[in-house]
Amino acid sequence: MNLNATLIIQIVVFLTFVWFTKSFVWPPIVKALDERAKKIADGLAAAEKAKTDLANAEKKSIEELRSARESAAELRSGAEKQAAKLLEDARAEANRIIAAAREAAAGEADAAAQKAKDALRDQVAQLAVAGAERILRREINAQVHADLLANLKQELS
Amino acid sequence: MASGTELATEAAHHGPTPGEYIAHHLTFLNSSGEPQKELVNWGLVNVDTLFYAILLGVIGLFVLWRAASKATSGVPGRFQAAVEILVEMVADQAKGLIHSEESRRTVAPLALTVFVWIFLMNSMDFLPLDLLPRIWEGIYASAGHDPHHAYMRVVPTADINATLGMSISVLLVCLYYNVKIKGPGGWAHELISAPFGDKLILAPFNFAMNIVEFLAKTVSHGMRLFGNMFAGELIFMLIALMGAAWTGANLPSFLLAFGHIVAGFAWAVFHILVVTLQAFIFMMLTLVYIGQAHEGH
Repeated sequence: MNLNATLIIQIVVFLTFVWFTKSFVWPPIVKALDERAKKIADGLAAAEKAKTDLANAEKKSIEELRSARESAAELRSGAEKQAAKLLEDARAEANRIIAAAREAAAGEADAAAQKAKDALRDQVAQLAVAGAERILRREINAQVHADLLANLKQELS
Repeated sequence: MASGTELATEAAHHGPTPGEYIAHHLTFLNSSGEPQKELVNWGLVNVDTLFYAILLGVIGLFVLWRAASKATSGVPGRFQAAVEILVEMVADQAKGLIHSEESRRTVAPLALTVFVWIFLMNSMDFLPLDLLPRIWEGIYASAGHDPHHAYMRVVPTADINATLGMSISVLLVCLYYNVKIKGPGGWAHELISAPFGDKLILAPFNFAMNIVEFLAKTVSHGMRLFGNMFAGELIFMLIALMGAAWTGANLPSFLLAFGHIVAGFAWAVFHILVVTLQAFIFMMLTLVYIGQAHEGH
């Protein structure tokens, strides 16, 4: 239990060791610990964020799906309407064409009937002249009786 | 923990009495080569204490430095994790006791140094009691000196100089922080106004009280560690004497040798606790005292 200069040297040695630890040992280890703590905190935050992102994405995808379904339904009903309208239009057009055709056919038939009537009238006139010639047994001057014939024709129409 | 046979041969050849054996083991190898007679002699240095203290400090700090220089913030290896546990333990204690972030940057490494160094120095008690002294005796004798003067003590913390040196260092750090935190004027005012009160008449008593407090803290801080380690070493020596009493193949010798083994084992196991606990206590008190230097009374 005797005191001597060991005490003084021990103080110097101790303070030197403390300086060494403070300078070269403590900072790197504490830095590594702090950095790791930060990394873990960041990782946890990122995981949390990813979780909410996933939930949001799921919600969004459901939303998208629903709107897609809605728009598809809309599209389909639009198409159906369009088709119905097209059909309607086509039908109307067809009716119109048929009516026109019918009208045209009727017109043609009338014209043909008129022509046939005219032709018949001519023939009747000629037959009448021929009949009269036979009856009169003489030649009728066609030029003299042309007016008569025309009158007759007029009467027949 | 000396081996009985080793001591028995020594007893047969040189025949030291138990008193001589213990006195020899309790004598430091100082710079004069002779045991120190005076209570205080500033001209002498305990070579063995300083040798083992510095050697252990360098080994301990080298190991820590190895961990620190390769420290990664990624996945740590086992070695790094072990050092990190130590650092984190010290950092937590420092955080609880010292509320200044800036001071902690110095004081926490100081506490780590204290803990690691004292732990290693205390652990020298685990080596066989006579191992290193006997090797030294051989070296000393082969160099042509008298082996009876080959003194060597291997536990630096069983030297009052080492422990008081450390506690005085802690005192110096406390004084530094007292001045730094409170300012020279503030600290001087605290010295004469606490603990009894800020009255002129009480100033001398306050001052005396504070001086006693600093003295008591420092001395008890150093003496506690010294006392524990000195007593531990002494008990190892007493246990070793049981084996040293070997007189031949007879029943008392066998019983004593058996007692030596049992008691040596038990005390060594208990000492694991003492070694760790004393290192921890010294570190904690260091932090407590420095923490007190940061707070006003």
